[in-house]
Amino acid sequence: MLLEPTSDQEFFRENTAKFLSDQVPPGEIRRLRDDPDGFDADYWRRGAELGWTSLLVDEAHGGGSLSGQGLIDLTLVAYEFGRHAAPGPLLSTNVVASALSRAGGEEHGTVLDAVLAGTSTASWCFQERLAGLTAGALEIRVEGDELVLSGEKRPVEHAAQAAHLLVTGRSGDGATQVLVPAGTPGLTIRPMHTVDLARRFSIVRLDAVRVPLDAVVGTPGQAAEQVEHQVQTALVILCAETVGTMQRAFDMTVEWAFDRYSFGRPLASYQELKHRFADMKSWLEAGHAVADAAALAVESRAPEANELVSVAKAFVGQYGGELIQDCVQIHGGIGVTFDHDLHLFLRRATLDRALMGTPAEHRQRIAADLAPQEDR
Amino acid sequence: MAADNIEDPEAFRQRARSWIRSNLELMDRSVLAAALGGGASEETELAGIRREREIQRMFFDAGFAGICMPREYGGQGLTPAHQRAFNEELAGYEFPHRLQAPNFSPCAAVILDFGTEEQKRRHIPAILKGEELWMQLLSEPGGGSDVAAAQTTAVRDGDEWVLNGSKIWTTGAWWSDWGLCLARTNWDVPKHRGLTVFIFPLHREGVDVHRIEMLNGSKEFCQEFLTDLRVPDTDRVGEVDEGWTVGVRWMFHERMLYNSPLVTLPPGARFTPGSGSPADVARDAGVLADSHVRDLIGEARVLDIAGRELQQRIAQGVRSGRISDQGAAIARLFGGVAGARTRTIEFEIAGAMGGAWTDDDGAAAGLGVDFLMRQAACIGGGTTEMARNVISERVLGMPRERSSDRDVPFREVPRGPSAGARSR
Ligand SMILES: Cc1cc2nc3c(=O)[nH]c(=O)nc-3n(C[C@H](O)[C@H](O)[C@H](O)COP(=O)(O)OP(=O)(O)OC[C@H]3O[C@@H](n4cnc5c(N)ncnc54)[C@H](O)[C@@H]3O)c2cc1C
Repeated sequence: MLLEPTSDQEFFRENTAKFLSDQVPPGEIRRLRDDPDGFDADYWRRGAELGWTSLLVDEAHGGGSLSGQGLIDLTLVAYEFGRHAAPGPLLSTNVVASALSRAGGEEHGTVLDAVLAGTSTASWCFQERLAGLTAGALEIRVEGDELVLSGEKRPVEHAAQAAHLLVTGRSGDGATQVLVPAGTPGLTIRPMHTVDLARRFSIVRLDAVRVPLDAVVGTPGQAAEQVEHQVQTALVILCAETVGTMQRAFDMTVEWAFDRYSFGRPLASYQELKHRFADMKSWLEAGHAVADAAALAVESRAPEANELVSVAKAFVGQYGGELIQDCVQIHGGIGVTFDHDLHLFLRRATLDRALMGTPAEHRQRIAADLAPQEDR
Repeated sequence: MAADNIEDPEAFRQRARSWIRSNLELMDRSVLAAALGGGASEETELAGIRREREIQRMFFDAGFAGICMPREYGGQGLTPAHQRAFNEELAGYEFPHRLQAPNFSPCAAVILDFGTEEQKRRHIPAILKGEELWMQLLSEPGGGSDVAAAQTTAVRDGDEWVLNGSKIWTTGAWWSDWGLCLARTNWDVPKHRGLTVFIFPLHREGVDVHRIEMLNGSKEFCQEFLTDLRVPDTDRVGEVDEGWTVGVRWMFHERMLYNSPLVTLPPGARFTPGSGSPADVARDAGVLADSHVRDLIGEARVLDIAGRELQQRIAQGVRSGRISDQGAAIARLFGGVAGARTRTIEFEIAGAMGGAWTDDDGAAAGLGVDFLMRQAACIGGGTTEMARNVISERVLGMPRERSSDRDVPFREVPRGPSAGARSR
């Protein structure tokens, strides 16, 4: 999280934090385990009023940022989502809203308006099995004045709750993105299991789904750069959210270490544990630093943005998991119970680690950029 | 200083770029590696130091020395942003790497914080011109972590002090000029209240500098024996018996080390051994296509960049007061652990060349020796355990460790059998 936010940014972050503490306290998150949608429509609409959906959208299209750096502002929301293990399709709505705005905003104006208002949500169908962070194998063909989509995407965040799906696929050598309304014939959405209590994921199958040509977002076959930007945006959101989970788990565990006694002294007085807290603190601060650096690089379109998002995702993915598991360890038995809150953050961090490339996959991407295998 | 008196960092960068390109040689990595790894002869090493002094003098004459130091002492009075621009432009070029730490930070930094006006006017310009190289004399044979337990003793004699004792593990003292020294001036009060800081030339009567061979063959480590060394009272830094006030800032500057705005460090330059990146090692070891190796290359890069960004965050936070000075220990801990891990990664990538190599093995050569020296990153500059103590106790506010030296006259503090090693 930004070390020195502006007072506007601080106010904005606090608003979201208060709203989340109030609306989705840990008890409510536990309850959502049995809710098929994972979030409440009214909750989402009120979040949109706080600015959750508009930060990456051009002012001309009804959006707007606080600081002129919308993605940085959004990291404050994502961070609070992590700190509260909050429900809702934060990543997918923002990626789709940004994509629609960048494609011009007018063509899909009514969809964008509803997403901005939070009265409906949209999902991004991007990842496939074994496709890495590419447009994947899903095929998008032009047939007369129609587009035909065939393939399978997984996992797709909150697909079953979305009114529209932004589907990324390939047309020959190029990437294409298409906005498909929910309920279009040939579209099937099958729910998946997940570690998170509030997020929902599905497999989205498209069997020769036909949509009119004007459902395209951008230009057919020429979406590669836009897709790359979406990937970067998604990674920035995931990293900021993970840092929020790390911060919360760490704060809870520091407090516990002062309150919990064994052998007549607080846990916080044992050097073995103090040193582990010191290590965790260094990972936590490095996580903040690298996630912020990635956000700034993507926001400012710096040439190192691609490397930085991978570095950030690899770092917070690996050390976030280590940190929270160590928090579980220092809690002892209560750390592995459902009634304790710690697992809410462990769940969110675990989910985020697995989405959009694991630490190992990102390390491979980094190596590929650093050392192209010219001699292979 | 008003912002409009300061040269725009971009203009400064342009000026630095053209000066660097027309005045400096490209960095020869093998020379750097040999210098750091102990492979150089004494003559070569002294020639290297001479060249570094020369470059420092060129920096001074061109207006690039002491970028963040006050103008009245020969600095440029500019900002960390200017220093960063200069560092970036310097990437790939030779620079006085052995003159950075501890010379500029902590030594010059401590003189700037606590020195008398006369001391600052005498020494800071000389340091900026490369005429004086400084060393820190902190650690002693009896212990380095417990810095405030220094036993080197200074006794007042009129306008002078007489110093006796020994300091150890001082890197490069044999080619340095001046030392900043923490000494005990009172044995009858608790340890923190009986210390005083002195400065003195290292090559003079009363100072005996011995070189110590490190396990990699380098003889950079030194031990100094102080025997009836006479230091004028004008060479005392800070108040008598209040050396720990100086010491606390000193430790802070030490932990900031390469992150200090007083230090010139081009990105990519390292003060650790090794002459190439892990990707270079993989290429020269012929294992670039191995997917496990590529994972390791990625991991090293992640640690490198995360460490860099962490350093910047801590430095920024310390400057603005959002993070306490003690927070510098966070970056020190991360740097040590990440450095040690990176040495392991490079060694692992080198494969069999890590155990046996020839000079033709490029970046993969000699990494086994670097691996042997791996823990230096976690010991020098204060150990990572001490950094963990500082973070948990001073940053997170956890209970202090029990100690047997609080509120006890230093004379009565228990000392182990290894502590008295004061004679040769
Ligand atoms: C490359 C290098 C360069 C150096 N350069 C300089 C220099 O220029 N000037 C200088 O003065 N010194 C220098 N040193 C010395 C360095 O600062 C000391 O080695 C270091 O502070 C540790 O002190 P020590 O060696 O006496 O170990 P000790 O203090 O005896 O410590 C031994 C071990 O016990 C651990 N330990 C000690 N106390 C505690 C505690 N309270 N809690 C937990 N663990 C503890 C330590 O972490 C360490 O692992 C350098 C060292 C190296 C490796």
